[in-house]
Amino acid sequence: MDLHIASQIAQTHLTAKKRQTLVAMLGVTFGIAMFITMISFMQGVNQFLEDSALDASPHIRLYNEVNTQRPSLIEQLNPGRFNVVYHQKPKDEQSRIKNGLTIAERIEREPGVLGVSPQVATQVFYNNGPIQLSGTISGVDIDRENRLYKLYTRLKSGSLNALKTNPDGLIMGTVLARKLNVRVGDKVTVTTPKGTTRVLRVVGTFGFGVGTVDNTRSYGNLSTVQEMLQRDPSYITDIHIKMIDPLQALPFGQKLRATYGYYTEDWATANTAILAGEKIRNMLTYVVSITLLVVAGFGIYNIMNMTVINKIKDIAILKATGFDARDIIAIFLLQAVFIGFTGGLMGLGIGFGISYLLSITPFDAGDFLSIKTFPVIFAAKYYVMGLLFGVITTILAGYFPARKAAQVDPVAILRG
Amino acid sequence: MPPVLSAHHLNKYFYDPTKFQVLKDITFEVQAGDFMAIVGKSGCGKSTLLYLLSTMDTAYDGEIEMAGTKLTGRSQDFLARFRNEHLGFVFQFHFLLPEFSALQNVMLPGLKLGKYPEKEVEERAMEKLRLIGMADFARKPASKLSGGQQQRVAIARALINDPTIIMGDEPTGNLDRANGDNVFSIFRDLARKGQTIIAVTHDPDFAAGTDRVIEMSDGMIIASYENPVQ
Ligand SMILES: Nc1ncnc2c1ncn2[C@@H]1O[C@H](COP(=O)(O)OP(=O)(O)O)[C@@H](O)[C@H]1O
Ligand SMILES: [Mg+2]
Repeated sequence: MDLHIASQIAQTHLTAKKRQTLVAMLGVTFGIAMFITMISFMQGVNQFLEDSALDASPHIRLYNEVNTQRPSLIEQLNPGRFNVVYHQKPKDEQSRIKNGLTIAERIEREPGVLGVSPQVATQVFYNNGPIQLSGTISGVDIDRENRLYKLYTRLKSGSLNALKTNPDGLIMGTVLARKLNVRVGDKVTVTTPKGTTRVLRVVGTFGFGVGTVDNTRSYGNLSTVQEMLQRDPSYITDIHIKMIDPLQALPFGQKLRATYGYYTEDWATANTAILAGEKIRNMLTYVVSITLLVVAGFGIYNIMNMTVINKIKDIAILKATGFDARDIIAIFLLQAVFIGFTGGLMGLGIGFGISYLLSITPFDAGDFLSIKTFPVIFAAKYYVMGLLFGVITTILAGYFPARKAAQVDPVAILRG
Repeated sequence: MPPVLSAHHLNKYFYDPTKFQVLKDITFEVQAGDFMAIVGKSGCGKSTLLYLLSTMDTAYDGEIEMAGTKLTGRSQDFLARFRNEHLGFVFQFHFLLPEFSALQNVMLPGLKLGKYPEKEVEERAMEKLRLIGMADFARKPASKLSGGQQQRVAIARALINDPTIIMGDEPTGNLDRANGDNVFSIFRDLARKGQTIIAVTHDPDFAAGTDRVIEMSDGMIIASYENPVQ
């Protein structure tokens, strides 16, 4: 088999019917361009959602779950009998993490830990005149919290330092602030489940671009929130932990649970919905792209079949003058590969163009999301994958017509 | 000297529309350097016999040997290589690749053989075209040539690899008197230099000028005779 002659013949066949070649190529181009655009965009969305969810949530949250099931006393003493206890109250247990601050310091020294923020979180009501909204308040050491969540980048107004100088300061989620109709400098009445009330002053607003956070959460000083809950300065309900590598969060969380005996929740569990959405978008990308490529493949199959039928005399002559089956397969397969490769390259170019346009298209997501344009990821591996898909599709689509060509009986054609 | 071609008891049947024997116990030998004509009425099986000899049609009984190689029962790839190296054809209906120039058409079997570099194959192809009087049309696409011109290019193509045997199915059928005579004298010349020519012909003058004539009728050889040396 001589690839040089085969490619020369293939080239002549292709240029002899430019329009057909172009149509076949455009099929591949369209499929690949679509693939590149979809995967770049979908992965961009995935990344964006994952990032914003991860940014706003700890990699691991260590907490104490109150109100766990416990058997009644009579059940313990008299097991397996007909015991009925009506209206059993849960044990009065505090959601405190014992020695929370010490634990936090110890965790902070573990390798692979980026930062630890011990805090007191509680449900509260925010009142401003007639407006009453429920939400949460987290009493934090703002420097540590900042280290975990880069709060300074999330700040929409006010400053973080103001919280340190003002014990009654409050940094509030933007959406919550808007609903309460308060701005930096305004006062809000905060009521805790204990019934205590305290007037706090808004010194800043922040937005993570995650509704459940911006809508409900405020940050206060750790000591202030402890006071509001009438607790001592060692009272800690949550320890938020960020890892250097988010994937380490799962094993590390299990280790912490075993060591300290408290509940842990890692980001993957907390964000199952986002991860499921990611899987669905990935699936969608591949299904749509593969469908388009299959359609393009059938286009090439048809065109190559037509070419073989049109060139049946050429095939007979080539075989008569000594070209063997492999030469004939090479001639037609090369045409398909050329169509696939060129069409694929054009597809990559167009796909890149569309992705680029998308990435600079303004996208008004409201104050919820912290993006100005559509999220798009440019990664070389998508382009390699796209070209590979294109070439594989065309080889498959070209192989069967090529094999048919190789099986042509020259005598039947030349007899006339 | 062993014959360059020998055919033993060739029988061939067509089954479409009904079973029908086209070739009946054909046996003959050809010596190297022979210029042989096959004659007979239309439909007597001359073309069919030639396709058997060309190794393209392998559905027959009997045995064919050429250039010291037994060809019956060989693989398609082996036969393709053998054709490329040892056989040159001129088909009855002058077949060229329409999108290629006359020169490229002549070059292709030479490039496939790979015995000479491309440049040399091109020179040799030009030489063959010159021989056949088609050098002026070398760069023209085959589709732009007349029937007679195409047939002459096909003859040049048959010569490109200096084949052991050249086979033609009415190789002068589409040519005017002058060109027909030219092709005839080229064949004569090649035979004198040792190549073997087997040509099916309807032209009594052409047949009379060859060394040997095989006459067929109804799929059988009914006569085989040597022409007197001119
Ligand atoms: N493919 C075929 N199927 C059936 N019969 C055929 C086929 N090709 C040729 N024939 C018949 O075989 C006989 C010989 O044909 P052919 O060899 O072409 O004759 P010639 O070349 O001597 O004119 C004719 O009767 C023809 O009709
Ligand atoms: Mg005939």
